[in-house]
Amino acid sequence: MTEPGGRISRRDLLRLAVSGGPAALAACGWDGGRLVQPRLLQISRLNDWVGEHVLFSGDRVAPTYRPDQRSGRMPSYFITRRGPPTWPDGREWALDVGGLVRKPMRLPRPMLEALPRLTYTVKHHCVEGWTAVATWTGVPVRVVADLVQPMERARYVRFDSFDSGFFNGWDWASALHPQTILAYAFNDHPITPDHGAPLRLYSTVKLGYKLTKYLTGMTFTEERPGGYWEDQGYPWFAGI
Amino acid sequence: MVRVTHWLSALLLPALIASGLQIYAAFPHFGEKGNVYPVPNPFDADQFGRFPEWARLGGWLGGGINWHFALAWPFVIIGLIYVTYLVISGEWRPLLFRPRDVPRAWQMQLYYLRLRRDHPEQGKHNALQKAAYTFIVVLGALAVLTGFAIYKPVQLAWLTALFGGFELARYWHFLTVWVFVGFTLMHVALVFLVDPASLRAMVTGWYRGRFPSHD
Repeated sequence: MTEPGGRISRRDLLRLAVSGGPAALAACGWDGGRLVQPRLLQISRLNDWVGEHVLFSGDRVAPTYRPDQRSGRMPSYFITRRGPPTWPDGREWALDVGGLVRKPMRLPRPMLEALPRLTYTVKHHCVEGWTAVATWTGVPVRVVADLVQPMERARYVRFDSFDSGFFNGWDWASALHPQTILAYAFNDHPITPDHGAPLRLYSTVKLGYKLTKYLTGMTFTEERPGGYWEDQGYPWFAGI
Repeated sequence: MVRVTHWLSALLLPALIASGLQIYAAFPHFGEKGNVYPVPNPFDADQFGRFPEWARLGGWLGGGINWHFALAWPFVIIGLIYVTYLVISGEWRPLLFRPRDVPRAWQMQLYYLRLRRDHPEQGKHNALQKAAYTFIVVLGALAVLTGFAIYKPVQLAWLTALFGGFELARYWHFLTVWVFVGFTLMHVALVFLVDPASLRAMVTGWYRGRFPSHD
């Protein structure tokens, strides 16, 4: 117990650094403010890069489950506040596929259903932390890409919806992953409005908020498209 | 190096925990919606409610994620630097808990419980300290590995499977928080109760306390 004065002041400083500092940060659920938040978003872009170029493999597939392993409940999220969005009666729905492609196309649902299909029972990972196993049927995005013949410049795919302007941007490799599909059936039945009817994007390699429901268009681009949640701060790549 | 990595971890850990609690708040259960897994969780929102705002960092789920994934890398890197330094410098020797420390740890426990009068012989650290300082490195590694298991459950499916699948890996990740909290409370209490001079040593590098073996 020598030099009590000197030690106590140092100890107080330490206490401040150890407990006070982070506690002050944590106080009031601070998002980082104007100073720190842009840095956090920069690091998030760095994580996108690591996720895409280091941790992602275009041909690694997720495990599949048996239909009897399905979850009792598949939660349903959408942006519109008035219940699940529905396509207006009397207007013909079709998926517009365009952008940097040689053969832009408009694909009505019967045409999509006539293309080679994939059915799998897989686990859904929500950014919130819950999971749910369900069966999806659809046409792989890579099948549609073969039809429209993207140009070499195309590096991203943008998916648009009729749900209050919700959209997503995808990296090329994830969009053309063998388990990325345009789904029109859910648990053996035609997809219902709560799960994204008439057509939704589904995949095993991304979090749920990247799986655009209520699709209207699919656009091949050279520039990286943003996304509804991504533009508000969610990670852009969101690969799992 | 030991001191720098120690204090940086001490700064990062509360922020990682607070941002993790912000992420947890988005689904404060384990398992599926409508099918919560029967794992013991006193912090399930149905009984516990939500963590108070002061304990969370990020403001919303996206903010919590960005804090958590930004600070996780420095935490990993600092951990790797610490372990690499210990290995290269040979400083791991007085720290690593080995099988021969088991009976010594028992004797030390008896001493602490006043069931043994004299302080057992020791080197720089006693056997219980070795157990603690080895355990905390293992705990840090587990926190990082369970973190990666729930960050990339498809790309790192083998790792996720090792922890019993996504839902359980998320549970183990959450559990490491409370072990860290428990360790830290005990660690800080013992510093002040047993050897306050070691605190100054951890800051300045110079030890002037009552345990000659620490010089």
